[in-house]
Amino acid sequence: MPTVDLAKSSLRELNQALHDIKKGSNETAWEVVNPKGSHAVAAGVDQPVSIDVRGSVGYYCGGMNDGGAITVHGSAGPGVGENMMSGTIVVKGDASQYAGATGQGGLLVIEGNASSRCGISMKGIDIVVHGNIGHMSAFMAQSGSLVVLGDAGDALGDSIYEAKLFVRGKVKSLGADCVKKKMHPKHIERLRKLLDAAGVQGVKPEEFTRYGSARTLYNFNIDNADAY
Amino acid sequence: MTYKNPPTTPRKSATFDDYTLSEIRRAAATGIYDIRGGGAKRKLPHFDDLLFLGASISRYPLEGYRERCDTSVVLGTRHAKKPIELKIPITIAGMSFGSLSGPAKEALGRGATIAGTSTTTGDGGMTEEERGHSKTLVYQYLPSRYGMNPRDLRRADAIEIVVGQGAKPGGGGMLLGQKISDRVAHMRNLPKGIDQRSACRHPDWTGPDDLEIKILEVREITNWEKPIYIKVGGARPYYDTALAVKAGADVVVLDGMQGGTAATQEVFIEHVGQPTLACIRPAVQALQDLGMHRKVQLIVSGGIRNGADVAKALALGADAVSIGTAALVALGDNDPRWEADYNELGTTAGAYDDWHEGKDPAGITTQDPELMKRVDPIAAGRRLANYLKVMTLETQTIARACGKNDVHNLEPEDLVALTVEAAAMAQVPLAGTSWIPGKGGF
Repeated sequence: MPTVDLAKSSLRELNQALHDIKKGSNETAWEVVNPKGSHAVAAGVDQPVSIDVRGSVGYYCGGMNDGGAITVHGSAGPGVGENMMSGTIVVKGDASQYAGATGQGGLLVIEGNASSRCGISMKGIDIVVHGNIGHMSAFMAQSGSLVVLGDAGDALGDSIYEAKLFVRGKVKSLGADCVKKKMHPKHIERLRKLLDAAGVQGVKPEEFTRYGSARTLYNFNIDNADAY
Repeated sequence: MTYKNPPTTPRKSATFDDYTLSEIRRAAATGIYDIRGGGAKRKLPHFDDLLFLGASISRYPLEGYRERCDTSVVLGTRHAKKPIELKIPITIAGMSFGSLSGPAKEALGRGATIAGTSTTTGDGGMTEEERGHSKTLVYQYLPSRYGMNPRDLRRADAIEIVVGQGAKPGGGGMLLGQKISDRVAHMRNLPKGIDQRSACRHPDWTGPDDLEIKILEVREITNWEKPIYIKVGGARPYYDTALAVKAGADVVVLDGMQGGTAATQEVFIEHVGQPTLACIRPAVQALQDLGMHRKVQLIVSGGIRNGADVAKALALGADAVSIGTAALVALGDNDPRWEADYNELGTTAGAYDDWHEGKDPAGITTQDPELMKRVDPIAAGRRLANYLKVMTLETQTIARACGKNDVHNLEPEDLVALTVEAAAMAQVPLAGTSWIPGKGGF
């Protein structure tokens, strides 16, 4: 297992080594030690390799991840998994703002809490947060699912498009055009799969409430102006 | 004989002019602000208010067509492993697939490539048409991140992080439902037919300190190969330029209020931001104060129309310029040959700006399969190349007349201003005087 010690190697050396992994390489399990809050750790990974980061990371860990299985054994700064394409990112601790922002695919799991703007502008990514999420989460969320086992802050799903939000706890307030929706069997099934994939145990999909777009702001109408 | 009182000539208000009155009536009838494409249409201090002095006894000119006058420019020399070299200092500005048709994007790529310059993607991702037909392609990194992916990031030749644009500094985009075809909807991951609001602010950073880290991430993803541009609207050019340099930009793109947009509120276009002429000197000053002039390149856009404008922008300190509206006109936008169609839309060739409605008679700002057939990408690309070459020749003509063997050797000292406003903005003397407003002298 290749191990990169960020106390000895530079961030550039780490990311270049990860980008140089060829398709079908045998070096499929990597370890990063001493991240000490470094930014852009394992950004731009594009091969299906596992990367265990032993410690907390700064901004944009796993940014644009396309196929990697990244585990942060600590907490993550802003923008973890931003614009992820595919693969998985698991944060064992908490995540700061904009977790999974604009993510297009893959699965992001936050085992602690996430902060504000979790899943902002998400475009297909699935995000599962074991704890709570902050305000303005899923703002302008386009597609994918955001699953929250705890509570959500103010203005959840403001100006949401077609993303699906599942919250088990309380929602402080809903944003413009975001409404509570009925859980149909297909949603229960989707949620069950996501909970399984995120390693959540002892929690039933039926405990969640679904939220999504009322679709009233999809085409401009002056009489909706006070909603903006 | 009866005396008839002389009649009063009907007098219209300068404040409530015909256009203003029509706007009040339109707002009252429709309940929506006017959305349109393009940049500021009002008269603004501009490059026309500057003149070159040319050569004289104390300056000798170079021979036109005979003595060499270099026009090439290298962008991204500060940090990028692979800077880009352009043959001419005129680039094609970012315009999205979605706002423009596929054939129009292809034509931009073809024309730019023939002329030896770059073209730029827009809010909607990179299409095969433009990648395939553009030798040098700049990939815009926008707040919406529509279609953003690492593969396209890596196959771009440079990356432009868009913070703002001159038509609407502080504003996001809007693509109305009429233009959301299946292909556009797929690229943007949204349902067909809905209005698409592009965010005004990036979703995962706020402020220059975050931007510095964002740039670090983008450089890491692309292995530090690509030049990173930062595009700002003409708002606070001194500080925006300084902060872009601080955040790590290789190139600053500065877009004045005459710069176009695909669709924004008229009130935004005409009332927010500064004219291009007012933006250049503060930006250059910021670069000079930081010791980064010519190390971080400055690209200026917004109302560039001909070689004189290019030469003036370069003389004021820009390294290159960028054109959008003018490039569309070269492709065929607002061409009088479609006058009957323009009339049907209630407008006339030269004034058509409802690009967001997708009914463009010229077939450029549309997703209508029939209308877009009106653009032959090969012929339109050739016209753009011709136009770029003419602008370059014009720029060289002026540079040679000023005795410069490189268009980048033009300098403020070569210029005078026709108006006090332009003299103050460009910080060059009012013609016939040595007076630069704000700088003393008579």
